[in-house]
Amino acid sequence: MADHTQEKGHRWLEGKAALFAILATVVAGIGGAVEIIPLMTISGPEAMEEVTPYTPLEVAGRDIYLREGCYVCHSQMVRPFRSETLRYGPWSRAGEYAYDRPFQLGSRRIGPDLHRVGGKYPDAWHYEHMQDPRATSPGSVMPPYHWLHKRKVDPADIQASVRALRTAGTPYADADIAGVPEALAEQGVGIVSRLKDAGIDAKPDDEIIALIAYLQRLGVDGRAAIKNAEARQ
Amino acid sequence: MTETAPVTPNYDEAVVKKFYVATVLWALVGMLVGVTIALQLAWWPANMDNPYTTFGRLRPLHTNAMVFAFAGNAVFTAIYYSMQRLLKVRMWSDFLSNFHFWGWQLIIVAAAVSLPLGFTQGKEYAELIWPIDIAIAVVWVGFAVNFFATIAIRKVAHLYVAIWFYMSMVITITFLHVVNNLAIPATFTRSYPVFAGMTDGLVQWWYGHNAVGFLLTTPFLGLMYYFFPRAAERPIYSYRLSIIHFWGLVFLYIWAGPHHLLYSGLPDWIQTTGMVFSIMLLAPSWGGMLNGLLTLRGAWDKLRTDPVLKFYVVGVSFYGMSTFEGPMMSIRAVNGLSHFTNWVVGHVHSGTLGWNGMMAFGMLYWLAPRLWGRKLHNEGWATTHFWMATMGIVLYIVSMWAGGLTEGLMWRAVDDGGLLSYPNFLDVVHQLDPFYWTRFAGGLLYLSGAVLMTVNLSLTITGSKRSASAAVSAK
Repeated sequence: MADHTQEKGHRWLEGKAALFAILATVVAGIGGAVEIIPLMTISGPEAMEEVTPYTPLEVAGRDIYLREGCYVCHSQMVRPFRSETLRYGPWSRAGEYAYDRPFQLGSRRIGPDLHRVGGKYPDAWHYEHMQDPRATSPGSVMPPYHWLHKRKVDPADIQASVRALRTAGTPYADADIAGVPEALAEQGVGIVSRLKDAGIDAKPDDEIIALIAYLQRLGVDGRAAIKNAEARQ
Repeated sequence: MTETAPVTPNYDEAVVKKFYVATVLWALVGMLVGVTIALQLAWWPANMDNPYTTFGRLRPLHTNAMVFAFAGNAVFTAIYYSMQRLLKVRMWSDFLSNFHFWGWQLIIVAAAVSLPLGFTQGKEYAELIWPIDIAIAVVWVGFAVNFFATIAIRKVAHLYVAIWFYMSMVITITFLHVVNNLAIPATFTRSYPVFAGMTDGLVQWWYGHNAVGFLLTTPFLGLMYYFFPRAAERPIYSYRLSIIHFWGLVFLYIWAGPHHLLYSGLPDWIQTTGMVFSIMLLAPSWGGMLNGLLTLRGAWDKLRTDPVLKFYVVGVSFYGMSTFEGPMMSIRAVNGLSHFTNWVVGHVHSGTLGWNGMMAFGMLYWLAPRLWGRKLHNEGWATTHFWMATMGIVLYIVSMWAGGLTEGLMWRAVDDGGLLSYPNFLDVVHQLDPFYWTRFAGGLLYLSGAVLMTVNLSLTITGSKRSASAAVSAK
């Protein structure tokens, strides 16, 4: 090798591989550190007391939402535009997502935004919609999800989910984890009885029941929080 | 690049060939899935009425296959071929090279099985479940050790610019992958991230945007810096420009993630920072584009005859186009219209089909004669492939622009009374049908071109036409 001691500047650096790698690491690391760390420490979303963790049945429903890749076609983020608040409801606040692991804001609206879908339709509507989307929404391009009406939710499985969510930081108590099977059944029976009123026969442990529970919860806490905040002003 | 080694070093060509073949195979698989999901949007019964082939499960399979299987293997082909030559030394460890190859293919197979089964983390481009994520980390570290050890034993004093770009990938993908996939397992197939809500969203798009930056951009720039000058037989345009745009790109890219979350609940200062850095990103991006294109200065006539250069010139031009479009779309006012629409899909594909695809194809055509010592079976077919791919991209992105603008404008349209002009979401859905069919045709054309390439390359490799450039490849 030639003598490179006379080299200056970048040409010199190109001969120092380790230093080059360290510099590249630092330069590539700065941006993320500056943007992300303050969000975790000093500038995080303000807590909303109305926003509480998902119930076990809603957790089960959310797992199904993830499994089926609903986020690929549906966003959960109402933007602060007049056209969006007219269509969907109040724009989405950061604090509303406090217990969303993972976040499901989405990046594409092949179908409509779902962040305010909770309470928009009766349970039976969702039941029919997943069975045959075109029955409730003529012209829809969504595929049917009729297997949700046959598959069962496993309480032990959801117990594992709730336990992992607590480890990750969601404030569930010991009693919440122990009581997962009962909580699942109780909330499931409520939905089943509302479906019965609409002439639909379903079982509390059908996957569709869990998905309905999750969808009916979406944006509800946030709506209450926004309403209360406005009342206080 | 000084390539005047007196003795032919004993390079590991076998691993290059393996990654090469994997690149071609996964390209076909990934694009076939892409064309399938394009059809599903135009004609929903193509979801095939079972859980495993719905759009929601196949779309992540398509993106993971294209990014990690096609682009990933293409990048590794480029790295293993060029870095041995640039450093004039065989890869440090044959074991690690093969560990990397087989490990990576196994990960891809695991992805191809697990995603249709519905095993997912539910984070875009980071869908793979935690056991696969750990496997990725292990294989990646094996690759990184081999990469840096090869640099350590190099026989050339200076690192050529292609190596800088490869290095930035090896480093950055490591921390992006690890941080974004930090999660608490619930079962073997399910986990929940340690970050929640908007923080999880910010971490995810810091990862997601920079997976584009450091898997689909910097290593492909490295590929460009090695293969383009070699194919053009001209030195790179400007050494100084390569320094400026390398450091500019590596520094600025990381900041741009929040442009995926404009108008969300993310604090305003983070959104604005993301937007401003995205706009600044135009400068180093175009620095790279100009450095690539101007390599052909005084040799533009070669474009008429050489299909490899055709692929490179159009590839680099699409890089320039999409890196102009990206900053524009990250301006709040534009993003308000483009976000959530097909425009974003068109933008992504002008980068992936236009930049990544064309650069990879150019490399594959250039490498086949050199790796296997055979003349390219049919140059005319390569040119035909070039035109099929180019026409396919044009159909794709023009239809997605038109479709994106259509839905974006219809969603926000308000009548004189201040009410929505199209209050039913379904009013908009079928306006997109002609654009979806056009996009399907464009994708099919692009895939057909790739099939023609595969036939051409297969006949080259198994053929008997000895190549004069076989001797050149030893250098």
